[in-house]
Amino acid sequence: MAQLIIPTPLRKFTEGQSTFAQEAATVGSLLKGLAEQHPGLQPHLFDESGTLRSFIRVYVGDEDIHALQGEETPLNSSDEVSIIPAIAGGCGF
Amino acid sequence: MNLGQDALLAMTKDAERAFPNECCGFFYGHEEGGERRILASTAVENRKEGDQRRRFLISDLDYMRAERHAAKTGMTLLGVYHSHPLHPAIPSEHDLAVALPFFSYIIVSVQPEGTHHVRSWQLDNQRQFSEETILHLPAKWRVKPQHI
Repeated sequence: MAQLIIPTPLRKFTEGQSTFAQEAATVGSLLKGLAEQHPGLQPHLFDESGTLRSFIRVYVGDEDIHALQGEETPLNSSDEVSIIPAIAGGCGF
Repeated sequence: MNLGQDALLAMTKDAERAFPNECCGFFYGHEEGGERRILASTAVENRKEGDQRRRFLISDLDYMRAERHAAKTGMTLLGVYHSHPLHPAIPSEHDLAVALPFFSYIIVSVQPEGTHHVRSWQLDNQRQFSEETILHLPAKWRVKPQHI
């Protein structure tokens, strides 16, 4: 089954668990399975309408799902999926 | 937060090297009972297109490398540092907009003559930044320079 890598700052919502594995046909269903099992993650991954937040990126291997089929990207059992938080900022004056 | 000398030196050197642009990178260490010990840092390229004097951006692949580095070395990825050239080491609205829980955010205020201030911040439960007190670890916590 596909494995999902949880980024360090979100592990406080998974009791310290760094990975999550579940049978899932698509990236979207794997992410929803993760959020159902760890409800504290839900607001950090999805907005009120259930859309993946813009500052959360998802990769299958080294490929951004935006370059694949988004949340509909199909998964194989050997796929490794990573959640990547956007890291940016600056003094911005 | 307990900050190791090598990590502090690497971050301030990076801020001074990048001046007048912003630098950025990650830091690693251990957390026990709510107490953080920062032992190492790694600089990464500021990928912000255009003016880098006021903004920084870390690529997704650099973030993945940082997570892998933490796993490989047995340390925890504890946060992100960046510099504020010619500005105070206080988070901006841009810093707050994408800040994450758990991470510490170290900001190095840098002037033409060198580092001015180093301060650390963490999100509270109201999604506002609270300052963390920085204590300096003694030299026995030295580690080799880190690269990812």
